[in-house]
Amino acid sequence: MNLAGEGLECTRDDRVLFTGLDFSVDSGGALLVEGRNGTGKTTLLRMICGIRRPDAGELRYDGECIFSLGSDYHTHMAYVGHMDGIKRELTAEENLRVADALGRPGRMSIAAALERVRLAGFEDVQANKFSAGQRRRLALARLLVSKAELWVLDEPFTSLDRHGVKLVEELMAEHIAEGGMLAVTSHHDVDLGAADVLRLDLSA
Amino acid sequence: MSWGRAFVALARRDLTIAFRRRSEMANPLLFFVMVVTLFPLGVGPEPKLLANMAPGVVWVAALLAALLSLDGIFRPDFEDGTLEQLVLSAHPVPLLVLAKVCAHWLITGLPLLLVAPLLALFLGLPEGAMGALMASLLLGTPVLSLVGAIGVALTVGLRKGGMILSLLVLPLYVPVLIFGASAVDAASMSLPIAAQMYILGAFLALAASLTPVATAAALKISLS
Repeated sequence: MNLAGEGLECTRDDRVLFTGLDFSVDSGGALLVEGRNGTGKTTLLRMICGIRRPDAGELRYDGECIFSLGSDYHTHMAYVGHMDGIKRELTAEENLRVADALGRPGRMSIAAALERVRLAGFEDVQANKFSAGQRRRLALARLLVSKAELWVLDEPFTSLDRHGVKLVEELMAEHIAEGGMLAVTSHHDVDLGAADVLRLDLSA
Repeated sequence: MSWGRAFVALARRDLTIAFRRRSEMANPLLFFVMVVTLFPLGVGPEPKLLANMAPGVVWVAALLAALLSLDGIFRPDFEDGTLEQLVLSAHPVPLLVLAKVCAHWLITGLPLLLVAPLLALFLGLPEGAMGALMASLLLGTPVLSLVGAIGVALTVGLRKGGMILSLLVLPLYVPVLIFGASAVDAASMSLPIAAQMYILGAFLALAASLTPVATAAALKISLS
């Protein structure tokens, strides 16, 4: 598997955020997008997801344009953005059950995923009773229930405590070790162990 | 079949959420009742006049109540980020849109349908026209939800989309209103209503098959 960007450009209100951006990530690799606020990190990740089209250039997954692949691409991709994408009226388990039905099922059972993000015992608690950090961990548990090779994570450490940060780093490292791919933005240093990390600095 | 599973899971999710926020569910219904109640107060309690107006009044009120509840299809999902997850899911977006619209109709359209005969009785609509009222609403209100979903999908990214949504969607509701009210009118004069029913049925078939695709495209525009 390979994710590649060629000559990507993003303009917002006549201001060029980035242009001529190239990268290529293979199985077991990670793309770490860095840069100051407002340099287009989130925008780049939304392009990689296929939510936003690049103003110029092409994004390819295994050599095919992701916009022509459509939902075939999305079966291989999971995204956790700025917003958690968690329904507050639903319990932790119900939230994950929907995520499971919407993605490609089969990686981990819901109970195991909750256990893994240390939310075991919260299955039947509505998400509006969760703290911001717990909601974040529930959002990350979504990555575990559906089988996706590419994880796209926008500031995954937001509102997590020290243990939470460590947990997420472990999850990311495991995913890469299993041959997955990763695209992450973060203000913190990300420790991915021995993984093959490509750093992309947008403020340069 | 995993498509079916996604459809059911999403529809059930929306029904569960609606059930946990029951108080909000009652709002369009109360609005419907109040609008209909305003007419006798405004035009006077002349029974014959009210009976003549009943088909139009009930239909217009149902249409406005449906319009009022439209934003709920996508706005809450847009605000908490679950809409992004839907668009990025492994399944075709039009299918998921259809699941959401079905759930929305069950939550808002079906209650309107059940209360309508009471209100029609209150306005003095002849009993013979009750069947036609129910049947026309049964075929017509899903069209309102399906067509309205396109408008919501287009305006969901705007902070104050409410007024624009009405201006976008109301003209599209006109054909449904014309044939719906005309069916009830015809039935109250004991005339055949088959023609209007067929047209409403055709609207429904057309809306159910085409609007989810348009809504999915509109959602992608709003999110990008």
